[in-house]
Amino acid sequence: MEVWDKLTILADAAKYDVACTSSGSDRAGAKGSLGSCSAPGICHSFSADGRCVSLLKVLFSNACSYDCKYCQSRRSNDFVRAAFTPRELAELTIAFYRRNYIEGLFLSSAVCRSPDWTCERMIETLRLLREEYRFRGYIHVKAIPGASGELIERLGLLADRMSVNIELPSEEGLSRLAPDKTREAILRPMALIRNAAAQSQEELVKYRHARPFAPAGQSTQMIVGATADSDLQILRLTQALYRKYQLKRVFFSAYIPLVSDSLLPALEVKPPLLREHRLYQADWLLRYYGFAAEELLDEQNPSFNPLLDPKCNWALNHLEEFPVEVNTAPLERLLRVPGIGVRSAQRISAARRDRSLDFDGLRRIGVVLKRAQYFITCCGRMREGLRISQDNLLRGLVSERCAADLPGMQPAQLSLFDPPRLTQEDVMKCLTGQM
Amino acid sequence: MPDRSNVIYRSDGSFDGLLCCVFESFARRELPAAILTGAEEQCSLLPVREIPTDPQKAARVHASIPGRLGAATGRLIESAFLYGGEGRELAILELMRAGYRLGPRVASMLDLPEVQTVFSMRRAVENEAHHLTGFVRFSEIRGALVSVIAPRHFVLPLLAEHFCGRFCEERLLLYDRTHRAALFYQPYAAQIREMESFEPAAPDQEELRFRRMWEDYFHATAIGTRANPACQMGHMPKRFWAHLTEMQRQPDFRLSPEKTFLK
Repeated sequence: MEVWDKLTILADAAKYDVACTSSGSDRAGAKGSLGSCSAPGICHSFSADGRCVSLLKVLFSNACSYDCKYCQSRRSNDFVRAAFTPRELAELTIAFYRRNYIEGLFLSSAVCRSPDWTCERMIETLRLLREEYRFRGYIHVKAIPGASGELIERLGLLADRMSVNIELPSEEGLSRLAPDKTREAILRPMALIRNAAAQSQEELVKYRHARPFAPAGQSTQMIVGATADSDLQILRLTQALYRKYQLKRVFFSAYIPLVSDSLLPALEVKPPLLREHRLYQADWLLRYYGFAAEELLDEQNPSFNPLLDPKCNWALNHLEEFPVEVNTAPLERLLRVPGIGVRSAQRISAARRDRSLDFDGLRRIGVVLKRAQYFITCCGRMREGLRISQDNLLRGLVSERCAADLPGMQPAQLSLFDPPRLTQEDVMKCLTGQM
Repeated sequence: MPDRSNVIYRSDGSFDGLLCCVFESFARRELPAAILTGAEEQCSLLPVREIPTDPQKAARVHASIPGRLGAATGRLIESAFLYGGEGRELAILELMRAGYRLGPRVASMLDLPEVQTVFSMRRAVENEAHHLTGFVRFSEIRGALVSVIAPRHFVLPLLAEHFCGRFCEERLLLYDRTHRAALFYQPYAAQIREMESFEPAAPDQEELRFRRMWEDYFHATAIGTRANPACQMGHMPKRFWAHLTEMQRQPDFRLSPEKTFLK
């Protein structure tokens, strides 16, 4: 098979992996080698679904020996199978990288023959790239659950970021839909990567020639909407993963029905994109805004509000915390104001050092007041002319897309006279044909 | 600060020229209503004062920046000077006047209108440069990597830093069509020069094959059920599409007999 055909098949099979970030590694270019990494990551293109294309995301092989129900590459599916050779994939990566199409390689694989065999082929690919082609760009590699610890360590020394997919939010879902995988087999490599990274951090401080282990950290992803798990369960799991395994990112992927199975949602079910969006918003609140999962959702409200983002929702349920005085509030409290993000909060705390801010000043430093105005004061004063009523508060807080769904929110033509209202009588006349 | 005087400055558009405008503005105790660059005649009711570029005066102003305005303000001015829109010179002049008045802390006084204008200029420049670090597409032509871009702002100096570090063993040519300038790089030496026009040579078979492969890869990664063109356009504005290989909608070679010819 031609490399070209393999690329199309194996890229198509890898596209359901959501992570395509190239962030976390900062490495300047060096004489005699090719490539560099920038800490915030670089997006090289955006596909028609609006997702960033940053890495060449392919499977090494899709000839899987497992039979996970939700997966296109499962053993029982009648499907074209292909596999790269390490040399082919390394050459392709370099050719794309030199043309600035990509920021690096995202390598995953189906479990081909055995986890160890697959892992060895992946190591060979990365070794070729790093040693023979002197590639200094970004490499994200999937650890294959079940591979030996020694192989995973070798992968980590060659890659920037490693990930192990937790696949489904609950153990119960996993045993139903992915009978060959267990929660334990997934968490073991995760712990291994965490420990190896911590050890390498220590060594880097002590020895000059220590090699960094997955310097951009580890990430994971889970499928949302294939099982009956609630948002609360998912968010709690996410928080536990950040705290216990020191993950850099947890990705969520709305379940897209590809196969019909009595255990899975029907093929016509639309992917729960809004739910995925809310989970990502909450994920950001966990990582950058100092929120805890229990603050955002609880047993009484285990799902996100579809109309309001999680931060707004929290603010409306905790009105006793507001208004926040922009000129004196500590950074942590500014971060909890709906509409104020990390950048705005930092700019506020930089700008207020010299003089006190008013609403015009806030606008000039780039703070968007659409939502924030209801929750802040400047020098003890609310924004002039701001009227708070149930209706305009809700209108001010929901996003434009959601506003269209609210009852009574459609714009209407103003009229001097009340529109004639249909009375019971008119309706009867209409129905009986008298009109 | 004096009220705005009824005079327009004209400088040659260089950074030194701008610094001389700052010098004159202080020497004459006046704030110009506008600063023109270039030689084009413009109808105006106000008298135009020609500001000759004097390296000595420029050096005096330049030397005062680190001490009086601070390093952060200096960097802000340098980046904002790459801005390609209107009003760049006057905005920087006003920022510098505010800086001489308030000292180095001016860089963090983001709510000051003078600072805000220059700050948003720098943001526009740096955003575009960041976009282009991803959106530049090189073609390999006779061993060198060649690309053409059409940015709004003069981002070549910022891109040079990025690409010369990343591809330090390659030969590069990056042509900026808007500003008619090109970045030349060959191992360990880079320079940016004016260049009236440039058309890259026709790509060879090998190059075409990689372009097509990239297009195929790009289209294979999109998930149909999640299609969201508004999101795509938001992240990747359409003005960049003209120079993006994957957005050209060329015929699909994989389906036509030409495929065999290409390989």
